[in-house]
Amino acid sequence: MDFHRFANPARFMRMSIPLLRVLAPAAAVLLALGLVLGFQVPPDYKQGMTVLIMFIHVPAAWMAMFAYAFLAAASAVALVWRHPLAEVAAVEAAPLGAGFTALCLITGSLWGAKMWGTWWVWDARLTSVLVLFFLYLGYLALAHAFDDRQRGLRAASVLALVGAVNLPIIKFSVDWWNTLHQPASVFRLGGPTLSTVYLWPLLTMALGFTLLFAWLLVLRMRAHLMERKIETLRLVAIETRQTVQPQEALS
Amino acid sequence: MSEYLAMGGYAGFIWPAYAAAVAILGGMTFLSVRRHRAAAETLAEIEKARKA
Repeated sequence: MDFHRFANPARFMRMSIPLLRVLAPAAAVLLALGLVLGFQVPPDYKQGMTVLIMFIHVPAAWMAMFAYAFLAAASAVALVWRHPLAEVAAVEAAPLGAGFTALCLITGSLWGAKMWGTWWVWDARLTSVLVLFFLYLGYLALAHAFDDRQRGLRAASVLALVGAVNLPIIKFSVDWWNTLHQPASVFRLGGPTLSTVYLWPLLTMALGFTLLFAWLLVLRMRAHLMERKIETLRLVAIETRQTVQPQEALS
Repeated sequence: MSEYLAMGGYAGFIWPAYAAAVAILGGMTFLSVRRHRAAAETLAEIEKARKA
């Protein structure tokens, strides 16, 4: 029997308890601090107070991409090494990534409605992020489409890997094509062009979003592992009942 | 105060953006915490029954 398959989730269950205790308050403090800093900024000379939308939109967009990179990496580990925790991590990261992507699209649309005069355009950046959202949905649909969980996860992992090609397309869409969406102002060669007045609240929020993702991911992975254990224990209970009953009937 | 809340005329776009953040991030948090708690409680019950 291959014991490491069982040992790793067991160790994760133990080691994740202190992790949860750190991540939850850290995320809460950073998000609160980000809001306090964010709501004190002066209006931007062009976009006025709609700059406040950026403190949600940009971290949400970063997390949408980070979560997908995580999903693709975990899927690769699950496919190649059959690591039992990797597929749990992948399947639990996907709904969170979809949530961040939806938030990015909604807040971007609200900002665009006022600043561009349109809720939506089919430019390369917006379209590739919409594709990212559908990749998340496709992954989740595929992962839950089979009665045999293993088969569904295998198929979904392949989709996650193929879909990773979309990440550089999103990142560089604003350079490769003429987009209504503005080019990068933080992660770019030559450093950020964003004023530090806006940079600090943005980075604080981004770190808060990252810790929130980490906390929820660990929480969901633990829930997933416990649900599987419950399933197994119930099956064992049914089997022992079935084997015990005939003997009881004889006596 | 009401002038600040008006956000220079952009209130109708800024507050819905924050409402969406609260709804989505809060919703994900609520569902994850609830699921974790339910699984932990069920598992504890089963293990207690097994020992008994």
